Amino acid sequence: MEQNTEAKRIMALSLGKMYSSRSQRGGLRLHRSLLLTLVMRSAQDIYHSSRVVTEIWPANGQHAQKALPAEEPMDTSGAQFQTCALTTSPEDSQLRCAKSDENKENLEPVRSNRRTRKRRGKAAGEPDFLPSKRARIRMEAAEELLSAQVTELCGTNCLSERTCSSHVL
Amino acid sequence: MLFPLPAVHLPPSEHHPLLQLPHGRYGEGGGGGGGEDCEGCVCVCVSTTPPMEEDIDTRKINSSFLRDHNYATEADIISTVEFNATGELLATGDKGGRVVVFQREQESKNQPQRRGEYNVYSTFQSHEPEFDYLKSLEIEEKINKIRWLPQHNAAYFLLSTNDKTVKLWKISERDKRPEGYNLKDEDGRIRDPATITTLRVPVLRPMDLMVEATARRVYSNAHTYHINSISVNSDYETFMSTDDLRINLWNLEITNKSFNIVDIKPANMEELTEVITAAEFHPNQCNTFVYSSSKGSIRLCDMRASALCDNHSKFFEEPEDPSNRSFFSEIISSISDVKFSHNGRYLMTRDYLTVKVWDLNMESKPLETYQVHDYLRSKLCSLYENDCIFDKFECVWNGSDSVIMTGSYNNFFRMFDRNTKRDVTLEASRENSKPRAILKPRKVCLGGKRRKDEISVDSLDFSKKILHTAWHPSENIIAVAATNNLYIFQDKVN
Repeated sequence: MEQNTEAKRIMALSLGKMYSSRSQRGGLRLHRSLLLTLVMRSAQDIYHSSRVVTEIWPANGQHAQKALPAEEPMDTSGAQFQTCALTTSPEDSQLRCAKSDENKENLEPVRSNRRTRKRRGKAAGEPDFLPSKRARIRMEAAEELLSAQVTELCGTNCLSERTCSSHVL
Repeated sequence: MLFPLPAVHLPPSEHHPLLQLPHGRYGEGGGGGGGEDCEGCVCVCVSTTPPMEEDIDTRKINSSFLRDHNYATEADIISTVEFNATGELLATGDKGGRVVVFQREQESKNQPQRRGEYNVYSTFQSHEPEFDYLKSLEIEEKINKIRWLPQHNAAYFLLSTNDKTVKLWKISERDKRPEGYNLKDEDGRIRDPATITTLRVPVLRPMDLMVEATARRVYSNAHTYHINSISVNSDYETFMSTDDLRINLWNLEITNKSFNIVDIKPANMEELTEVITAAEFHPNQCNTFVYSSSKGSIRLCDMRASALCDNHSKFFEEPEDPSNRSFFSEIISSISDVKFSHNGRYLMTRDYLTVKVWDLNMESKPLETYQVHDYLRSKLCSLYENDCIFDKFECVWNGSDSVIMTGSYNNFFRMFDRNTKRDVTLEASRENSKPRAILKPRKVCLGGKRRKDEISVDSLDFSKKILHTAWHPSENIIAVAATNNLYIFQDKVN
């Protein structure tokens, strides 16, 4: 459990660093981004192996396997090193829906506005070629997921570095 | 004793314009206004005799302490320090894109105690912040590296680089100017030709010494990623610039072309696993260079083998100790600096916790490994949190390759004598550098009872880090950059 805690904390930290490095002066540093990604992966591996043992999602047993955020492949072009966005499984989108219950009122009008604003031609509904907006929402959900879990653990410091170093990856 | 050092005698003075480092405050073309006092760095010359025994040698040397600098302007943070080939000049670059060059005073018979202090010689703005409109990225003006060229005539040449552009600067003195022009008078006004009745030949008359720096070459648009090193070849015709994934070879004369000699960019960036962190030419073999990687390996390449040196001639890597595995193993094994020894037989690499000396003929493991601050091994998580784990420390050899030096936190720097296997920790700070003071060795208490004068690991100030140091090529003079302050330490002589 400690390993799991540690891994989650490091994942949250790494995510935070990745996001803040985007606004860094001088652009994304490839070396730093690479190191952050490596730490992220290590933490995810630990998290994954711990999650199989400890049930975080008691509601649905099968989610324990699938629920881990998998890393999207890094999309890089030239100097713009786009760091990975965490994709989430369907289970996480459930979480998103649950959390955004309060927001439903706000979400609905936006959606209907969007639909009504679009000119309805012969083809009904949105055309296929429009980019899906899901990616960004997933990122936010993953962030929520991790920050929620980090706040659960708030107060516990990374005391034992020994737990870190005793991990055999 | 680690080494005997001759003393440096500085007269104490509040207003010591020569010794005040003008970081950010004056210089040609637009630092602060005239008359503004230097608030920048501090140049302290103290002598050090780091004794290995417990009781400290009480030989005291004079040191003068200049303007205090409590706050740190980010632009004044020193980002590189480099002696030239003779040690006569010392260049520093900072985050604001400025270069300050110090020159060693000639020894005079009148004041034999004043041996070779370093005074400001020239200050200039090397790089300006730029904006890449295509990628919507700001290009920092921070000077990443400075490398001197060997001297061929009266002028001095150095290469300075920021993230994207390398520049060749010429620093020359002017102490004469022509007087007696025919067509214009002494103020520069054009003379009415009708008033000219005689012709004269302009003569050169002495004037106050002026040191001017001019950009002679600009090598740009060759790097997609951030340049981390430059290295001048021993053929004195070429140099290389290194970014995260590529190394380019330039001819010093030609700025619109460069040759790519190493390219480790994978076809699919998703498969990226390592980047280049530093590279250097061999000191006497102009065909050989090394580059280090973020995975902790060093590759030695021979340019005679092929035009593209993706295949190494030698591969230096030490297998990882599985008992030390942690989340942060990859970060701490990333090499931050690589330096050839002066004799060209050894390589030195610096990773987060250690310095290693490699024999060029042995690729399987390093010849020597020195622990710089192993007490941080259990603190890696906190160091990750405060970003210190990403700090890139440099390392240097002394002139005879017998001592190596590198920096640490709390303004500590460490020296390791390879022959006697002794090491010392010293601190570059004002409090410890009183006039006539020898640097006292410091010790970090690892746990248990803290002895007097020891400092515990938790009291270390991680914001005070010494990343950049330089050692005079032949004498025991070191330059240590502590954030925005520069310390110069010399040997004491009786």
